[in-house]
Amino acid sequence: MKTAFAASVPGRTACLPAEPKMHAADMLPANLLRARRPALPELGELDVVRHFTRLSRLNFGVDSNFYPLGSCTMKYNPKFTEQVAALPGFTRLHPLMAQLKGAGQYAQGALEVMWETERLLCEITGMRAFTLHPMAGAHGELTGAMLIAAYHKDKGNRKTKVICPDSAHGTNPASAALAGYEVVNIESKDGMVDPDALEAALDDDVAALMMTCPNTLGLFENHLPRIVEKLRAVDALLYYDGANLNAILGKMRVGDVGFDVVHLNLHKTFATPHGGGGPGAGPVGVSERLVPYLPISRVEKLHDGRYYLNYDHPKSIGFMAPFYGNFGVLLKAYAYILRLGGEGLERVSEYAVLNANYLRKRLEKVLEIPHDRICMHEFVASACNHAECGIRALDVAKALLDKGYHAPTIYFPLIVKECMMFEPTETESRQTLDEFADDLIAILESAAQNPDALHAAPVTTPVRRLDETAAARNMVLTDDA
Amino acid sequence: MSIPADLLYTDTHEWVRIEGDEAVIGITQFAQEQLGDLTFVDLPAVGDTLATGQEMGSVESVKAASELYSPLAGTVSAVNDALSGAPELVNQSPYTDGWMVRVKLDGKPESLLSAADYEAVVARDAH
Repeated sequence: MKTAFAASVPGRTACLPAEPKMHAADMLPANLLRARRPALPELGELDVVRHFTRLSRLNFGVDSNFYPLGSCTMKYNPKFTEQVAALPGFTRLHPLMAQLKGAGQYAQGALEVMWETERLLCEITGMRAFTLHPMAGAHGELTGAMLIAAYHKDKGNRKTKVICPDSAHGTNPASAALAGYEVVNIESKDGMVDPDALEAALDDDVAALMMTCPNTLGLFENHLPRIVEKLRAVDALLYYDGANLNAILGKMRVGDVGFDVVHLNLHKTFATPHGGGGPGAGPVGVSERLVPYLPISRVEKLHDGRYYLNYDHPKSIGFMAPFYGNFGVLLKAYAYILRLGGEGLERVSEYAVLNANYLRKRLEKVLEIPHDRICMHEFVASACNHAECGIRALDVAKALLDKGYHAPTIYFPLIVKECMMFEPTETESRQTLDEFADDLIAILESAAQNPDALHAAPVTTPVRRLDETAAARNMVLTDDA
Repeated sequence: MSIPADLLYTDTHEWVRIEGDEAVIGITQFAQEQLGDLTFVDLPAVGDTLATGQEMGSVESVKAASELYSPLAGTVSAVNDALSGAPELVNQSPYTDGWMVRVKLDGKPESLLSAADYEAVVARDAH
């Protein structure tokens, strides 16, 4: 498909603009004027309409197709949250309004939403307080790692290391390293953190352990109480990566278990559009002992019930984001939580886990399931039983595109060979899961007879199979090449 | 599966060829097959000292990134610069053109595996 620039025809226009009363040359010094006119596309209205309509048809999203991408919780995002986020009282509010002296009275509604959202997230997770500022998950992780560093520094602890299990999301070690820590990797056992391996890696230099529970294999970490105990013994903190919170809503509160820091992906668990569809939000919750270090500003309540922004927290790690995070995303998550209520959120997790287990059982005869037990909201399978006919996880993923599905996550986590990770989420019906399972089983059954057809997939997509190796080896990072 | 009998191995899938007081190091045929097409190889610098088991670099493929561990102790005397522009050499010929590091030995290498022992490691890791 042509870009709007390639489709440009000199002189074509969608309207005749009114003759300006003044020109730039009348208002700006000569040295600031453009030498040439900007090279904008010149198109008629119909050209523009067709261009963007075609583009929208190339878009793939959860609104159009099933999207079982593991570790990403691509659930359906209900449309009422869009209506709430589009209310003019919010969209027309200037973010500086809340900071201007005396003008806070015009932003009370928005401040209340933030205050309430923080309270709701505390209730859901059992944490003491939240910052809503981080813009997405990895930003939340960095915030969390900096809070851990601030805590240890304030206590006079000399801590240099953060432990990450080998099943951790790649962003965990990256965030810890960015915060200045040396990352220590420990091997899993039976698909879970191994308390003995943890014991061996644990010493007084360890600042924290970063965990995901259920973990990346979709398995609940059965040794949590022992792990908490071991960390407490050396004054190390426990970090909870909230990427998989969708499995435990209303079932386990991470604060009650003993986690000190948690980041949530509102854009996953609380149904706000993400991926290509919208920005994220990665609020960070903390236990009592980390509250003083939270980023500023913090929304607080006066005796008369009014809300205001408090910047006076001397131990704070400072600013992590301009203004208050992705406010529109917070608003959608707030609406989603209120609409579902406690009972509804609990049912989210029950259905998410049920759907994952249903799909796992339907696929267990055609794929290998390395950790074959009841899973949480997602599960990991391996395509290595098809290696003999030359079929890899990549081929299966590409063939699924031809059937109109988003591919599952492949080759992650690294600890499972020819890995395929499925997360159906709670919003899919049994009919959708059955159609998907039937199609995937048909693909795998055809693999033995006709592996070449799978190697050629996809054939129905806007572009055929891309050369990932060439793309990685010859990266072109500018648009002027 | 190609496991040359004249080389020594580690259970992290590096191979070693002893040449007098030097050793040449690379990754095995099995390792490159598991990784898939390599896209980037990060090697130590000439002059770096390595301890046995120390992380000395990394390899990236379209599927994964993976650390390289030094099979022995010594000082890096040469690295295969060709790999920076052509990481595919490791896929094409892991035991020859795809070599990675040449090390001046610091003492006799210990606890390296024979080809027969390494075959058992491959059998274990292939499942």
